[in-house]
This record gives sequence, structure tokens and C-alpha cells, in this order.
Amino acid sequence: MMQPNRPVGIIGYGAYVPRYRIAGKEIARMWSDGQGGVPVSAKSVPGPDEDTITMSIEAGRHALRRAGISAEELRAVWVGSESHPYSVKPSGTLVSEALGTTPWISAADWEFACKAGSEALTAGIGMVGSGMANYILAIGADTAQGRPGDALEATASAGAGALILGPADQALARIEGAISYVTDTPDFFRRADRPYPVHGHRFTGEPAYFHHVRSATARLLEGLGRSAKDFTYAVFHQPNVKFPQTMAKQFGFTDAQIEPGLLSPQIGNTYSAIALMGLCATLDVAKPGDTILVASYGSGAGSDAYALVVTDALLERRKRAPLLAAYLERQVFVDYAIYVKWRNELVIE
Amino acid sequence: MDYAKHWRQKAARYRLEGQRHRTSGEVRFPPQSPTLAEDANEWEPFNLSGQGELYSFSVIRQAPLGYDQNTPYPVALVKLAEGPLITAQLTDCTEADLSIGQPVEMVTRRLKDTGGKDGLLIYGYKFRPLLNP
Amino acid sequence: MKNVFIIGVGATPVGEHYPRGLVDLALESMRGALKASPFSPKDLGALYVANALGETLAGQAQLGAVLASAAGLQGIEAVRVEAAGASGGLALRQGLQSIQSGAYDLVMVTGVEKATDKFDTAIEAGQALALESDSEAELGVTLTSQWAMLMRRYMHEYGYAVEAFAPFPVNAHANGSKNPGALYRFPIKADKYRSASQIASPLNMFDCSTLADGAATVILASESLAHELGGRKVRIAGSAVATDTLALNQRQDLLWLTAAQQSTSKALKQAHLKLTDINVLDITDPHSITAALVLEACGFVERGKAPSYAAEGGISLTGPTPLATAGGYKSRGDVGGATGVYQVVEVVRQLWGEAGATQVQGAKVGFTQCLGGVGTTAVSHLLVAS
Repeated sequence: MMQPNRPVGIIGYGAYVPRYRIAGKEIARMWSDGQGGVPVSAKSVPGPDEDTITMSIEAGRHALRRAGISAEELRAVWVGSESHPYSVKPSGTLVSEALGTTPWISAADWEFACKAGSEALTAGIGMVGSGMANYILAIGADTAQGRPGDALEATASAGAGALILGPADQALARIEGAISYVTDTPDFFRRADRPYPVHGHRFTGEPAYFHHVRSATARLLEGLGRSAKDFTYAVFHQPNVKFPQTMAKQFGFTDAQIEPGLLSPQIGNTYSAIALMGLCATLDVAKPGDTILVASYGSGAGSDAYALVVTDALLERRKRAPLLAAYLERQVFVDYAIYVKWRNELVIE
Repeated sequence: MDYAKHWRQKAARYRLEGQRHRTSGEVRFPPQSPTLAEDANEWEPFNLSGQGELYSFSVIRQAPLGYDQNTPYPVALVKLAEGPLITAQLTDCTEADLSIGQPVEMVTRRLKDTGGKDGLLIYGYKFRPLLNP
Repeated sequence: MKNVFIIGVGATPVGEHYPRGLVDLALESMRGALKASPFSPKDLGALYVANALGETLAGQAQLGAVLASAAGLQGIEAVRVEAAGASGGLALRQGLQSIQSGAYDLVMVTGVEKATDKFDTAIEAGQALALESDSEAELGVTLTSQWAMLMRRYMHEYGYAVEAFAPFPVNAHANGSKNPGALYRFPIKADKYRSASQIASPLNMFDCSTLADGAATVILASESLAHELGGRKVRIAGSAVATDTLALNQRQDLLWLTAAQQSTSKALKQAHLKLTDINVLDITDPHSITAALVLEACGFVERGKAPSYAAEGGISLTGPTPLATAGGYKSRGDVGGATGVYQVVEVVRQLWGEAGATQVQGAKVGFTQCLGGVGTTAVSHLLVAS
């Protein structure tokens, strides 16, 4: 288990979900004549003017407002995503400019499939924990790609989660420990310059998602000497609805423990954002003293797990920015034709 | 193309940085070069809150080159809380959602793809109906 | 103010002149203007060319020299004047001032626009060049949408429904249907106005002009030359320009076209005339809201009253302020930088009693006003039969 020299916590958080949704049944209508079940009932769809950068900015603004610090006090803005608008040209610099943190700041983009956001978080714990910085902003954001007709299309969605880390004495949730577990596992990947990822079908399950999330979670629990019942809430990475539910059950977490952070039934899998967003949604309902376990997953493959304990500061800071629920409520459904147009998958030459 | 033209406006475009008069407190947007009668030191950079209300709006269905694949899209004159009027696109809404006087808030969105697979992406302010009305 | 006279006018029909280029159109209008006068081209001292979008739509700059050489006038002073839709009025004023200064006794003013080599989206982008680039046009705002926002605000402030604006295009088309040189020579019905498809809401297709091709020319002469010549002529009794901000959002009172008001009152003062002396008008009216705001800013109609005034017949051929007698921007067509010269050609014809089916009886004093952008540049002229 990893712990920094100086205790670190989350001092501000914010999430973002686009306004638009497409129903799982609408996608199924295209490819399977509506037959069979759908992995999620709806997924979020970015508007035509949205991408990882714009969603990161909005989530980042909420996190700054909750943290109550000025933008110039941040020492890093790190954006984890697998859908950065540019292959070369950082999202982080543009997000930094928009938040007003430039120029004396570290800004960078992170990539590790769906756990790029939590990688930035772990690095941030180190940076604040070492005393090199007082505050850093770690963001996970994605407008995830799925090849039309592929299973991923049913779930690949859009959203952002942003967390500001600072010294634990200023935290709304203290981080008690972190762990990372990685192996070289080719369950899902996208070659450079290719528009859509490919995946290993059932190989993405047990040897990939379950093995890595289970390993990281188990080691974290062992390091803390705790079990599922010692936590108020848990958030697992959500490629669909079934995987996080199965993982939770294996550790003995109840449906109630994962319910606040389980967003995939409503918005699908927001990839690098989903673990951070699940944590944000959980913080939206948590009380001082509550404990939260978070385990991300990124294909390729690895899992980052964290244990947090909520402080009294949460209650006042929570009110300073919109709850994730406000974004879930404003849903507007689009049909497959609009979805394709907005995703630039309609060929107009 | 036009990389520098967009780059030099980033403070105004990304975070609504305008100007405030050091003595009168008057706020203006976008930031302007001082007129011949003004001293440049009279004005300081000032970030506007991004809160405002619709002064008027129109939904464009006949668009110029570069925007023609985005139609229909709404544009508006927004009366900002600090006083100035600003011209901007609206987002996350349709015409039926809009009325004069309605509160709106600034968001940063993609304004334009300068074209082709090698185009620079231009980002900047738009406004939307309040998330939490 | 030294007297200057218009002694000849000519114009091509406004249209989609696909077989013809910019130079060809300009030359036709020049020939028409010279035909009635005893002068030959070599008597001209200078050529003033009004054009708004030559670079963007016709791919040509230096239009002064282009047209001088095409006309066989190499060597003379020739200059292109640009102020978007106000280019025509501004070129006329340059010609007028060159004679008043004593530099020349005879000059030609030619407005020309060649729009149809480009298609809709390029034309829309060209017209947006009249807006502030960084804070308006670059955000996807169009010239039409600016007027549309003013219309919506006007409706809100004064309690009008969209259909209250129908009398303006209905009047323009009624007149333009009788003009053989108009772009759209058909009448439109008020009951169709409400259901026309939207261009930039609340402006619909029945309330938006079309940019098309055409050229118009006027010949100006000094007082001594005009008297020597005898014959029919029109005196330019007043000429004034005023400017306002490009960006709409920088104005204190958005529903008040300050430059239109200022240029009108300056021109009236020069001419020692009152608004009520004016018998016929040609103003910038690509949309009904534009005509309404111009009528109000110039002082013809009280603020907030223009739509009711139009509905009551105020703008008809027999009303106090006959508008769009040749069809206006809507039916005759918007000819970009040439429009200001077309306006003068039409008013001169009215003052000469040559306006045919849309003649305003007994017209002695005419008023032209062209606007660049959303009333950013306003040029007003008062013309008196002589």
C-alpha cells in the first residue's frame, strides 16, 4: 500500500455530464432489430461542441469552486483521457488557461485507457504528499469511441470528473492509502491514428477487469486491515452494470454501498472519468466520517485503488457547485441519426 | 491558419477576461485597446463572472462557411451581470427553450474546427440556460 | 456647399448574371450613364468605384484601375471605395467632394458587385465581414442574425408579432414586380409571410434580401459644366456620412441607429431642407426591421411606430414616405457595395419623372441612405430636381 510522507486529501471535486443521451434500445434498433438485452439503459452523448477539453474545464471549475482556492495556487493540471482532441498538443494547457492557472504550473495529459484519470490522481498524491506542491488538479474525462455496431458502442459515453488534492488538514475527504496493480494484458487497445479501439470480447472479463480490480482492492484492504463492511461506500470502474456489481459482491459489498456511485445504468461508461465521477456522486451524498473505497480499471491493464474518509468540510463545500444529479436530470434523448451526425461519423466530403 | 489571431484572444475567449476601469469601476468586454483619449493604465484585466440574461437571440439556419454543418444554431446578445453586453452562441438548448430576460451562464466550448484533419480547434465562450435554474 | 449635379445615370438589371463578369457589368452601366450626356469618356477626370466584396467574391482587388483600364481610361485617377453596404453612397460622396474641391469638373461613380460566382455559405461569410471579426463574425454570428436579434428585441419592447412586419416586403415586392430590372419580379402576400421558412429567427425568407450581381453608374458635373450643358439634371443638395461601432454589443441603445440619424440630420442641415420636404426615399431595407429602424432614426416615424405606420400605408407610393419604389433590397435585390448607387439611380429617375409604373407623382426632393453593417456606416444624400 502506498502512503505519502505528508497526509493528503481531496479538497475540491466536480463532475460533468453532457446534456444528451441515446437509449440503449435505440442503438439496438440499428444493429439487432431491437432483439436482446442492452448493457445500459442509456448513455451520455457529447453535444457537437463538446470534447474532453470542454468537459474537463467545466468539471475543473466546479472543483475549484468547492476547494475555495484561487486558480493560481494550483501547481499541476493533469488530464487523463483516451480521447484527447489532439494526438500532439496537450489538453492540459488549454484547460489550465481556461481555469486561470497558467503559466506557473505543470500541465500534462495522461493515458492508460480507462484509468488515465486515476493515474493522474495517484501522481498528484505523490506531488502533494512530498510537499512539492500544495494543490494539484487531477481530471479524468472522455468522449469514448466505439465502432458503430460494436459492443462498445452500447456503452462508450462522455463525462468528466475532477479532483483537487491538498494537505489532509484542509480535506473534505482524506486519502488513507492507495495502491496500483498492473500487468501487460492486451484486453483492449487502439493503435495510433485509428479511430476505434478493438477488444478481446470475453477476455476482457476474468483475466483483465476482474483480476486487476480484485488484486488492487484485495491488497488495499489487506494493507488497511479492513473488509467490505468497514466501508460506507464503494466505487468500482463501470464498463457496464454487471461487472462492478459482480466485483462488489465478490468482496461482500452490498448493493446499497455501491449504489450512489454506480452511474453506468444511466449514462454508460465514461472511461477515464467514470471512477472519479462515481466518487464525486458518492461525495454528493456522503456524511462526515463515512469511508469510501474506489477502484479504477484501465485496459492494458491495471487498477488503482484508494481508501478515503470524509471530513466535516464536505457539507459546506458540497453546496458550492452543482451536484452530479443536476446533470443526470437534464437529459435530452437523441436518435441514432443525430448521434451519428454529432460523432462526425456521417461522411460529408 | 490564423493561429496567432486566435491565440492572442485566449484570455477573453477561454475565461471571459475583460477590463475594469481603475477609478470608475466600469467593466467592458471584450478588452479593447485604449482609445486616443484614454490612458492604457486606466484599465486593468478583470474576469467576468459569466452570469447574465438574454437581451435577444436568433437561431441561424443559413450559416457562413465554416459553420454550415452546425445549423441550426442559436446566437444571442447577453447582458452580463457586470454590465456589458456580449455577443455569443448559445448551446445545450433549442429555440423553444429561450426567452428574452432568461438567465444564462457561460461555458467554454468548441467554437470552430478551422478545417480538415489538420485544422486547429478553436475554443471559447458560449452561454447556456442555467444548469440549476 | 458648392453645387454638384448628376447629369447621367445607368444601371444593369439586378440578377444572377452567370455569363457575365464584374467588368462587363460595370461597363454596361457606364455606357448607359454616358449615353444621355454629350461627354465622351475622355472628358472624365476621375472614376470612383463602389464595391464591397471584390476580393472575397470576385477575387479581384484594385478595382479602380481594373475598371479604368477596362473602360479605356488608363491614366485617370481611379479609386475603389469600401464600407460594406455603404460603399455606394460613400463613393458618390468621394466624387462629389472631388468636384467641390475644384480638382475635377466631371467624374464617374460606378458601383459594382459580382456575387454569384460564389455560393450561399461564402456569400454569408462575405457579408459577415461587415461585423466585428473577433467578437462577432468569428463566433458564427451573421449579418442577418444581427438584424434578427434587433427585430426580436423590437418585438419585445413594443409588443409586435412577427406578422406586423409583413407590410414592408409586401410593399417592396408590389413595386419591384413592376421594375424590369428587379431580381424578384413577383408580388408576395402578407398571409404567406408568417409561414415562410426561417433564415435567422425571427427573420424568414420573405424578410431577407438576396445578394446578387449588378452595376450602376452616375455621372457628376460641376455647376459651371452642368449649366453649360443645360438639359435635365439633379442637384446634390446634401451629403453626409456618420459612423458607429461595428459591434452591436458596444452600443448604448441598440434599437437606435445613431449613424443613420446623424448622417440624415447633417445632410438636411446642409440642404436647408426638412424631412417633410422629402417626396421619395430609397433606404437600406434588406429586412423590415432595418427599414423600421431607419425610418425611426431618421425621424420620419416615432420610435416603436414604424410597423403600424407601414400597415397604414405610410410607405406606399401615395404615402408620405414612399419606400422601395424600385423594389428595395428585397425585390430589386441587394447589390452589395453597388446598392448605394442603385438607390441614387432610382431616385434620379423619380425626380425626372421616368420611374414608370412606380412613379411618385410630383416628386421634387429625394433622399437616399445606405448603411454598411448594422448601421455602422451611414451615408445620406438629398437630391433635388433641377
